[in-house]
Amino acid sequence: MDLAGKANELRVDIVRMIAEAGSGHPGGSLSCTDILTALYFGGVMNHNPEDPKMEGRDWLFLCKGHAAPALYAVLAHAGYFPVDELMSLRKLGTRLQGHPDSSMVPGVEVSTGSLGQGLSIAAGVAAGLKLDGAEGTCFAILGDGECEEGQVWEAAMFAAHRGLDNIVAIVDNNGLQIDGKITDVCNPEDLGAKFEAFGWTVDHVDGHDIDALIALLNELKAARDGKPHAVVAATVKGKGVSFMENQAGWHGKAPNAEQLAAALAELSAAE
Amino acid sequence: MVKLATPEQAAVKKATRAAFGATLAELADAGVPVVAVDADLTGSTTLNKFAAAKPEYADRLFNCGIAEQNMIDVAAGLALTGKIAYTGSFAVFGTGRAYDQIRNTVCYSNLNVKIAPTHAGVSVGPDGGSHQMLEDVSLMRGLPGMRVLVPADYAAARAALKLAAETPGPVYVRMGRANVPCVYDDDVELEIGKAYVLREGSDVTIVANGVEIREALAAAEALAAEGVSAEVIDAFCVKPLDEETILASVAKTGRAVVAEEHSVIGGLGSAVAELLAAKQPAPCEFVGVRDRFGKSGEFEELLAYFDLDSASIVEAVKKVMAR
Repeated sequence: MDLAGKANELRVDIVRMIAEAGSGHPGGSLSCTDILTALYFGGVMNHNPEDPKMEGRDWLFLCKGHAAPALYAVLAHAGYFPVDELMSLRKLGTRLQGHPDSSMVPGVEVSTGSLGQGLSIAAGVAAGLKLDGAEGTCFAILGDGECEEGQVWEAAMFAAHRGLDNIVAIVDNNGLQIDGKITDVCNPEDLGAKFEAFGWTVDHVDGHDIDALIALLNELKAARDGKPHAVVAATVKGKGVSFMENQAGWHGKAPNAEQLAAALAELSAAE
Repeated sequence: MVKLATPEQAAVKKATRAAFGATLAELADAGVPVVAVDADLTGSTTLNKFAAAKPEYADRLFNCGIAEQNMIDVAAGLALTGKIAYTGSFAVFGTGRAYDQIRNTVCYSNLNVKIAPTHAGVSVGPDGGSHQMLEDVSLMRGLPGMRVLVPADYAAARAALKLAAETPGPVYVRMGRANVPCVYDDDVELEIGKAYVLREGSDVTIVANGVEIREALAAAEALAAEGVSAEVIDAFCVKPLDEETILASVAKTGRAVVAEEHSVIGGLGSAVAELLAAKQPAPCEFVGVRDRFGKSGEFEELLAYFDLDSASIVEAVKKVMAR
């Protein structure tokens, strides 16, 4: 299967599991699915489902923890836990909590869900790896709305100050947050320019062009140039399900049976 | 019986915060993988002493600048790479400013981070109410998995910091700015979940911690002169609380006074009240700051102003004895 097909397969599971749960965040899960596909299935990340804590591995921080369904789908398909388990999302007794809980799910490095914290945690890991002279790159996926949290910029300052070139932060720039367009709610302005001003390298990429993502992320992973690396990935919230695309209303809403059928029909037609 | 200070040791006044940098250096010397993360207060917290102890320790102190939320989560990240990460700053910023980081990252992921801020309570003195943290024990005690330690003196702070390293997962160590007399032997060792009877008595149990230990001991001395026999317990470990020691004492005395340099809401007093109400109801009085902010003043003045001094404990004992 090609990677676009893999991403499509993941999207099918994402909408199915959210529909089954009756709640969850489809919009932001679908917008970062191609980024996760590139990282886990495009050969970018050095990871091992048989040994999730493998020494020398690359680390993934899902700063925007509400995109948990996308991460769970990727981890399950990569072999961290059974794919069947995806349908337990958000149900009492499940490992697959509404937001990722690292004490339960193999492959989840740290619990996230409270926005704005993941980049700081990634910076701490990156600093720890440097202290040990250890291998490994820290990939962090942030929401653009999440960048309204001040702590993101505390982390940006810290990572650049300490020359943590083993960090690659990818902003899932879908332009929407719960209350609407990020430019309407409280405009953070040019995110790339902000990272650049803090001393990061900044690249822009189409967040749904998996080949372009792989090429760029591999390049940044290899770049040990004294600067942390930011990628502003232009994405579409709800990508792949036409009626969810670019709709803030699909940030945190589950499809009903009819909507699920329509979404699955579209996704299977795309296969 | 826990080892108490010799008269020579008791004559020395030191701040609990002074133990911070020195103890981390000691742990590092012993090969413990400690790192420290601070937010522009390395001189005040004494973490600069850790960095200066050996050239290679400088790399193990991470100064985040004035960014406490980042400080806590950087420590979380360092812990994920196998370090035992201690965070600094003042108690007001090192807990309150970063409460969500402590809750949602450190505790929820059960990481090996030791929240160890200094300048807690009124000990920060003239800086005033904005800097006098009186709600930190309450905040930290409510967090699942968090252990809460409030050492009384330099030696206890050193022991608590070492204990934190030996205890996997989140631990809170509360330290102060003021120089206080030593209560414990320099090499005292403490245990998580233990309270220590520092003075035996039969009429009333005084449970205290932190700087209130010296006030409680002074109160017990004053009460003895009036024929009242007070037992003094150091509940340095607020969580988990040593239920057995406290219940055994109150079974003997029938009443308790709890004293802490903290709000009367949510701290040691609340912990003891919860215990007694559930298992062995007994009259209690509470010495602490009464639902208000601090004020500028010298530490010793503030202890009297906020009714935290030994005279206030004596008064509380008389009140509870009359009930």
